[in-house]
Amino acid sequence: MRGRDFRHVVRGSKPVSRSLPAFLLLLSASCALAEPYVQWRQVGYAIPEPLAGLKGDATRGRRLVIDRSKGNCLACHRLPIPEEEFHGTVGPSLYGIASRLTEGQIRLRVVDEKRLNPATIMPGYYRDPKHFHRVAEAWRGRTILSPQEVEDVVAYLMTLKEGEK
Amino acid sequence: MIRWTLLPALLAAAAAQAWDPGFEPVSGSAFLSEETRQMQEDEFANPGMETVEYGRQLFHRPDEEGHSCADCHGAEGVRLDKRRIATFPRYSEEQERPVTLQEQINICWEERMDNFPYVYDCRELVGLETYVRYLARGEEIQVQTDGPMEPFFREGERLYHQRFGQLDMACYHCHDQHRGAWLRGQILNQGQSNGFPVYRLSTSRVTSLHRRFSECLASFRAEPFLPGSDEYINLEIYVTARGNGLKIETPAIRE
Ligand code: HEC
Ligand code: HEC
Repeated sequence: MRGRDFRHVVRGSKPVSRSLPAFLLLLSASCALAEPYVQWRQVGYAIPEPLAGLKGDATRGRRLVIDRSKGNCLACHRLPIPEEEFHGTVGPSLYGIASRLTEGQIRLRVVDEKRLNPATIMPGYYRDPKHFHRVAEAWRGRTILSPQEVEDVVAYLMTLKEGEK
Repeated sequence: MIRWTLLPALLAAAAAQAWDPGFEPVSGSAFLSEETRQMQEDEFANPGMETVEYGRQLFHRPDEEGHSCADCHGAEGVRLDKRRIATFPRYSEEQERPVTLQEQINICWEERMDNFPYVYDCRELVGLETYVRYLARGEEIQVQTDGPMEPFFREGERLYHQRFGQLDMACYHCHDQHRGAWLRGQILNQGQSNGFPVYRLSTSRVTSLHRRFSECLASFRAEPFLPGSDEYINLEIYVTARGNGLKIETPAIRE
């Protein structure tokens, strides 16, 4: 690997966060914002108990599955949300999902689909952040959704009884 | 997690080829609208030609000592071996490592012409790379994967299958497992490098391959590597070799 050295010269400046004060500042900022991770219990292929004992709200859940910075479930799934133009085809359609799966089964799929399929592309929305690798600074140490948001999404999916699409 | 990251290594050990059996490379241009594809092929309409022209000027412009790339490689690069351009990244005996086309240009600039090196992916290098690849348009890509290239190729393969970021995805997920599917408004192509640097209609600028890697990584909330890093060079080797047989289409047009 001799000779690669010249690239260190031309690589340009290091990321700002390498300086210690800036790093500590970011660390304290993310500590203040990130909620502590709440453990959950898998029973068979389901999580029967709501996360942190919270109650979900289906109206908020519907907004979360559309929101690109939150669930962004539409990126991969078709859903009965006609006002949104682009529905993904990476995952199966979620029309009528509540007539195929129980609430606890849906919760496990939203929280951590890798428990069912370790090779899946589907993100684990409440997977323990310590499993992630090389997360961008802004998201480090955090779950994708909060426990309340997971419960909202589950509550919304539980309203989807009608099939097709 | 651990088992998953080992899986590609095990598969690679079992198979001679590093991709799924029956894998056929398809250029990203195959997924373009008819209109955009025509724009790409028409040199008078292709907005990437502006960068080609900029690179052409740099290629012929004398430095402070009065030397230019054209001194060695001929006006319009007539003495450049077009077949050889299509084999980058290639192993350099002199450097004892694989070098990308951008690095090769920088080596000429620094060592043969005795200038300060350019920063990887800077405007000048991307311009020169775009021009040189444009000269080799239509050549079939042939990147070596065995011999001295093998460890770097294998490392690129490992990175391609490694999960990154808060959304915990690998290149493999979008560009192999689910290619052809719609990700909201975008169809997932094979993530081929044969059109790079590409002109992007959404940003009205030319994007280098390493920048595209960073954009994909950022989209699943991963910390990108640096342009010209060992990680990106190894990924470039794997990704480009995966397209062996495709023709160079620089400057391609993308959304
Ligand atoms: C990047 C792609 C992707 C995203 C984003 C995604 N999923 Fe999925 N999802 C999949 C795939 C692929 C499957 C199929 C099963 C597998 O791969 O394990 C799946 C399966 C499911 C299932 C089980 C479906 C069935 O019929 O058994 C549910 C429920 C589900 N997803 C809900 C969601 C929700 C809710 C969100 C957003 C909060 C979401 N998904 C976001 C890709 C995705
Ligand atoms: C979440 C899905 C996703 C993942 C994971 C992903 N990409 Fe991409 N990639 C895309 C999309 C979408 C495009 C844009 C396709 C287009 O131009 O139409 C793209 C484009 C590309 C291109 C340009 C292809 C072309 O023809 O212009 C390359 C090269 C590429 N990706 C490589 C990678 C590498 C390397 C990784 C892993 C570090 C990766 N991608 C991970 C979704 C993804």
